[in-house]
Amino acid sequence: MSLLTRIRVSRFWPMLWKEFIQMRRDRLTFGMMTVLPAVQLVLFGYAIQTDVRHLPTVVLDESRTADSRQLIAVIGNTGNFDIVGAVADREHLRREILGARAAAALVIPPDYARDLRAGRTAAAQMIVDAADPQASSAAMAGAQLAAGALSTQIVAERFGVAPPLEMRVRPWFNPAQRSAIFIVPGVIGVLLTITLTLITSTAIVRERERGTLEQLVVTPIGKTSLMLGKLAPFMLVGYVQMSVVMGLGKLIFHIPIEGSLPLLYLLALPFMFASLGVGLLISTIAKSQAQAMQLSFFFMLPNILLSGYIFPRVAMPEPAQWLGLGLPLTYFLKVLRGILLKGVTFGDVWQPTLSLIGLAALFLTISVRRFRKTIE
Amino acid sequence: MSGSAVDTTPGMSAVGTPTVVTRALRKEFGARVAVDSLDLTIYRGEVFGLLGPNGSGKTTTIRLLCALMAPTSGSAEVVGLDVETQGERVRARIGYMSQRYGLYDDLTVAENLRFYSTVYGLHGEARTRRLAEHSCALGLDERRNQLAGTLSGGWKQRLALACATAHEPEMLFLDEPTAGVDPAARRDFWTSIYALASRGTTILVTTHYMDEAERCQRLAFLSRGHLIALGTPREITAHFGQASIEDVFIELQRQDEAQYGVAAGGSR
Repeated sequence: MSLLTRIRVSRFWPMLWKEFIQMRRDRLTFGMMTVLPAVQLVLFGYAIQTDVRHLPTVVLDESRTADSRQLIAVIGNTGNFDIVGAVADREHLRREILGARAAAALVIPPDYARDLRAGRTAAAQMIVDAADPQASSAAMAGAQLAAGALSTQIVAERFGVAPPLEMRVRPWFNPAQRSAIFIVPGVIGVLLTITLTLITSTAIVRERERGTLEQLVVTPIGKTSLMLGKLAPFMLVGYVQMSVVMGLGKLIFHIPIEGSLPLLYLLALPFMFASLGVGLLISTIAKSQAQAMQLSFFFMLPNILLSGYIFPRVAMPEPAQWLGLGLPLTYFLKVLRGILLKGVTFGDVWQPTLSLIGLAALFLTISVRRFRKTIE
Repeated sequence: MSGSAVDTTPGMSAVGTPTVVTRALRKEFGARVAVDSLDLTIYRGEVFGLLGPNGSGKTTTIRLLCALMAPTSGSAEVVGLDVETQGERVRARIGYMSQRYGLYDDLTVAENLRFYSTVYGLHGEARTRRLAEHSCALGLDERRNQLAGTLSGGWKQRLALACATAHEPEMLFLDEPTAGVDPAARRDFWTSIYALASRGTTILVTTHYMDEAERCQRLAFLSRGHLIALGTPREITAHFGQASIEDVFIELQRQDEAQYGVAAGGSR
């Protein structure tokens, strides 16, 4: 038999064909594959804003001078604080913050301008609602930076000298500091994880529940064709999802695509294999579709929390970082962000790629062995 | 088998080419022996019934003959091929239908047929022609675009049989094929089975319905992995001095429980 004939009559094709029909007819799966990417993209792209901006701010200006108004303008220009109004006294200020109408308050005491003019250190106060540390820390740092810059400027003007030091900060790869630029590439990784673990494992368990796996095993299909025919469609779906999210991400969130797309599609392969390994493993453990779904969600949680998808891994305690090293997504995020945002080449991401290949080999070896046992 | 009280030579209805030959077939699962020293010959075109209580080794025997697992010792030949070394070729020439039917509920009747026939290696023109005459013969044409999940029990059974025989297997395994269908559908089903056998297909069937057992040309009784009786239904009832196969079955099960205790264990 020639190779072409052999490929044409391979028992892998009917598996592929029926898998696509089933995907189209199963509403839940179809929805998970089409609606979920869109929802995830919009939800995570818009909603996750780790950089907090525009804290509503009230001002208690007891100095009422040109100097105090200059300070208010400087703070307002940082972009961290939106001056929403003035308050007359401390009690009024307190009520505004308690009522959550303001999240910050700038207090300028009566002797602010006098101290400034006299060459003494003038004090001003920034009160921030810091109940949520993540929301307040950026604002507090911003206030300090702005005041420091103003202070240097005043000293320079007063003594007629150039500032002794200037730090010029250049935010590479994401100059506007938008969260979406960081998050959207991650959405691709999270979606692929969902498709290749949750949807794949439930699809396999469904075959076992309905007795079709038992039926397939007695056909001459062979275990390899059976597994390939069952898993390959989900990889194709994964590639389509990846392309759609990238396209929408570029359209809606103006995500840069700096690097080589063929390289990204190629390096997605070891990640998909590793995730399929997990999906197949789950299918060998779960006794029902509901169990497969629960186990998959159990696997998704650390992926979202520990991979660096939302929270920076360097900020995590060491044991959490170690756990993250066992997740394929951790490495794939480096590849995704590297290629999309930084335009890196293979030479820069060979380390995470190697880790992905290692994890894929490990997960697939374990799961294929277990799966073969279940169909014997 | 030496300790057996029953003659294990084939009855008069069974002469010709053997389709299944097992010699001292044995399968162990850890410490448990599921099938022990099984010597069985089934002939071409025979409708052969395999009976026994749950845990007697029926399912294991079928799985061994379908080349789904390797025997611990002994050998089995199906359609002239060794199940241990030529498993994939064996599976290409046999058909299998279980009480779970193995149909894709979310595929139509025609799609199920197309899928299974392609998996069995039918292609192109030949497949189209074969499926057309096959579904016509089984009366499935009128429902070809109906989803399998919406079919009644009898129709599902008919479709499952069609899927298992589209590739014209030489040997057909039926594992409790009529569980849960109405009497009319069961009668139709057996008509189809006899039609297949008359065209030379060898049939091995397990069942819990004793009226069905009496329709088999020969029967084998398994107990605890051992073959304890083999012959035509009449030979077996006569040997045990019972009025019907049902009485034989109940008597054997009673002896079985008396000897080993009540718990018979699972079927796998």
